[in-house]
Amino acid sequence: MVEAAVAMDHAGHAAPARGLTRWLTSTNHKDIGTLYLVFALVMFLVGGAMALLIRAELHAPGLQLVNPGFYNQILTVHALLMVFGAVMPATVGLANWMIPLQIGAADMALPRLNLFSFWLLFFASVLLTSTLFLPGGAPAAGWTLYPPLVLQSGSAFPVAIFSIHLMGASSIMGAINVIVTVLNMRTPGMTLLKMPLFCWAWLITAYLLIAVMPVFAGSVTMLLTDYFLATSFFNPAGGGDPVLYQHVFWFFGHPEVYIMILPAFGIVSEIIPTFARKPIFGYDSMVYAIASIAFLSFIVWAHHMFTVGMPVAGQLFFMMATMLIAVPTGVKVFNWTATLWRGSISFEPPMLFALAFLFLFTLGGLSGLMMAIAPVDLQYHDSYFIVAHFHYVLVPGAVFAIIAGVYYWLPKWTGHQYSVRLGQWHFWLTAISVNVMFFPQHFLGLAGMPRRIPDYATPFADWNAVSTIGSFVFGFAQLLFVWLVWRCARGGERATAQVWDGAHGLEWTVPSPPPYHTFATPPELR
Amino acid sequence: MLRRNLARFAIAALVAALAATPAAADWSLLNLPRGVSELSREIYGLHMLMLSICTTIAVVTFGAMTVALLRFRKSQGAVADTSLVHDSRLELVWTVIPVLILVGMAVPAVARILHIEDMSGSELTIKVTGYQWQWHYEYLGRDVAFFSRLARSSDFARQPGSGIDPATVENYLLDVDRPLVVPTGTKVRLLLTANDVIHAWWVPQFGMKRDAIPGFINEMWFRIDADRPGTYRGQCAELCGADHGFMPIVVVAKSPAEFVAWLEQQRATLARPE
Repeated sequence: MVEAAVAMDHAGHAAPARGLTRWLTSTNHKDIGTLYLVFALVMFLVGGAMALLIRAELHAPGLQLVNPGFYNQILTVHALLMVFGAVMPATVGLANWMIPLQIGAADMALPRLNLFSFWLLFFASVLLTSTLFLPGGAPAAGWTLYPPLVLQSGSAFPVAIFSIHLMGASSIMGAINVIVTVLNMRTPGMTLLKMPLFCWAWLITAYLLIAVMPVFAGSVTMLLTDYFLATSFFNPAGGGDPVLYQHVFWFFGHPEVYIMILPAFGIVSEIIPTFARKPIFGYDSMVYAIASIAFLSFIVWAHHMFTVGMPVAGQLFFMMATMLIAVPTGVKVFNWTATLWRGSISFEPPMLFALAFLFLFTLGGLSGLMMAIAPVDLQYHDSYFIVAHFHYVLVPGAVFAIIAGVYYWLPKWTGHQYSVRLGQWHFWLTAISVNVMFFPQHFLGLAGMPRRIPDYATPFADWNAVSTIGSFVFGFAQLLFVWLVWRCARGGERATAQVWDGAHGLEWTVPSPPPYHTFATPPELR
Repeated sequence: MLRRNLARFAIAALVAALAATPAAADWSLLNLPRGVSELSREIYGLHMLMLSICTTIAVVTFGAMTVALLRFRKSQGAVADTSLVHDSRLELVWTVIPVLILVGMAVPAVARILHIEDMSGSELTIKVTGYQWQWHYEYLGRDVAFFSRLARSSDFARQPGSGIDPATVENYLLDVDRPLVVPTGTKVRLLLTANDVIHAWWVPQFGMKRDAIPGFINEMWFRIDADRPGTYRGQCAELCGADHGFMPIVVVAKSPAEFVAWLEQQRATLARPE
C-alpha cells in the first residue's frame, strides 16, 4: 500500500500531468510560479482597467462616466487588487520560480501548502472582485477601509472582509514556505551570506508578512463584529475610537509597503550586477540595509496619520523614525550606483527597467522624505501629492522591478529569447508614459487637489488631462508586454543556459527551459 | 526606414499631445501656496527647504548614475573592474552624510511642530462639525451657528448629465451657500469634530488640514495676516462617502471691525422670530 503510494507519487512527479489537470493539481514550484505570475498579470490588467476608468472620469471636470458612489468602489477595488492581486502575487510567483533554482533546492519545502496558498488567493480575488456586482456593492472607503465610513458598506461587506481573510491566510502560508525553504534547503556550502540578494529580500519579506498579516486580519475582524455584533471597537458612541483602527491598520499597512518593495530591491540587486558585469557593491551592507528597513517599518506607522491630532511627542517620534528609513534606503541606492561604477554596462530590457527603477524609485523615495516632515505633511496629507508619491514607489518602483525580473528570467523559464526590439518599445513607452501620468499629480496635490474625489475644480483640469493621456498610453503599452510574453512562451530563438553573458548563480547552470525537476541532488557551489 | 519613421511619428505625436494640453496651464498651480497666515508661511518655507534639499540630493545622485551609465558603456569598450565590490570608507561616508542632512532637516521641523501645536492665546473659538456632506460652524459663546454646503450653482452643474459646462460655473465645487467668516489678525482656534464619519478640514492658504473625527475633538489654529482680508477656499480632505468631493470650505476673512458688525447682524437675524 505504502509502496504503491510511493510509486504513484513518483509517477506523478516524473513529468507534468497533461492539460488542465496539470494547472489545477500541480505542486511543482515552477508550475505554481507560473500560475502566480499569470494570475498577477491578469489582475494587473483588471486593476489597470479600473484605473483607466478612474482616469477617464478625471479627464475633465464634471461627472461624465460614473456616479460618485461607484467611483469610490472602483477606487477601493483597484487598490486592493493591485496590492493583493497583482504586486504581491507577482513577487510570490518570482519567489516560487527562482528561490529553489537560486539555492539549489529541488522544490519549495512545502509543495502542497504552496498549491493551497495559490488557490486560496485565486478564489479570494474572485470574491473581492465579485463584490462590485453584489447588492450593496464593493467597499467604498478606500483600501485602508477606515471606519466609521467602511461600516456604511452594503450587504456585500462580509464578502469583502472574508476575501481579505483568505488573502491574508494565503500570504502567511506563502511566507512560511519561503522561510522554511530558504533556511533548510540551501545547497551545502551556501551560507546565508552567500545567498543571492533576491532570496535575502524575500526571506525578510516573509518575516514581515508573518508579523503583520494577522494584525490586518484582526483589525478587519473587529470591523466585522462592529458591523454585525454591535461591538464598539471603533464606534465612539459605544466607547470605541475610530483612530484606533488607523493605528492597527497602519501597523500592518506600513510594513505592507515594504512587503511590496523589498522583493523589488532583491530583483534589481540581481539584474544590475549582471548587466554591469560586476558583482554587487557592498553585499553585506545590502543585506543589513534590507534588515534595517524591515525593522524600521514596524515603528513608523503613524506617519500616515499626522492629521489625526497626535500628541507632540508622538509626532516627533514618528517623524524622526520615518526620516531614519532614508539612511538604509540611501545605502541601497548608492550601492547600486557603485555597482554601475567602472562596470561594463549594456542595456537589454531587464536592465532598462532596473535602471528606470533606480531613478524613479529614488524620486519616489525623496518625495517620501518630504512627507516624513510632519508639519509640511499637514499640507501634503490626503492630497494628490501623496497619490503621486505612492504610485512612484509602486509602479516605477515595485512594478518596474517585477517587469525587469520577468524580462530577466523569461528566457530561462521558456527556453526562448524574446524580441529585444519589442521589449525596448515596451520600455520606452512605459517609462515615458508613467512620468506623464504621475509627475503632474505632484503639482495637483501641491495646488490643493484632495485625493479620492470623482470631480474637481476647474483650475485642476489641465494637469488631470495630461495625467489621463499618460495613463492610457501606459495602459495600452502593457499589451505589448502581454504579446511579447505570449510570443516568447510559444517559441523563438533558443536561449542558452546562461542566457545573459554577465549572469552568475545556480539558476543559470540549469538548461533553458529547466527540466521539470531540477537539483534532485544538491549542486556543487563553485 | 519605415521603422524609423514610425518611431519619429510616435515621438512627434507624444510631444504634440503634451505640448497642446498644458498650453493653458496656470503655472502658479505647480507649487504649494505661500498662504495668508503666519503658520502657512512657515510651512511653505519648510516645504521649500525640503524641496531644495531633496532636489539637490536628486541632482547629485542622478548625476552620478548618469555619469556611470555614459562612461561605463560596454558598447564604448568599457571593461568591468570586478575588484570594486566593497569600500568601507565610502560606505561609511554615504551613511553618515545622510544622517547629518536628516538632522539638519529635523531641527526646523521640530520648531514648526511646536508652533503649530501651541493653541494658547486664541481670541475666537469656532466649533467645526463635519456631516455627510456639509460643514457646521458654531461661534462658541457668540450665539451664532449655521450649516455651510455646496453652492446650488455647482450642485446643479455636477449632476451627471446636467449639460452644464463646469467651466461656466463660478468657483465650480469651491463655493458654498454660507461661508465661514473670520477676523483677520486674530488667533482663531478651530475645534473639529464630526457627526457621522471622519472628515478633514483643509484650506491650503492657511497651511494645514486636520481631521474631524466623530466622538473626539481636534484643535487647530490660524491667524490671517491683518492686511490679507479676502475669500479663501478649500475642501474636505478625508474620504467621507459618495459626496466627499462635494463639501467645499469657504472662509471669508474680514477686518476685526467688519467681523464684529457681521456677527451682530447674524445674531439679529437668528434672534428674529420666523
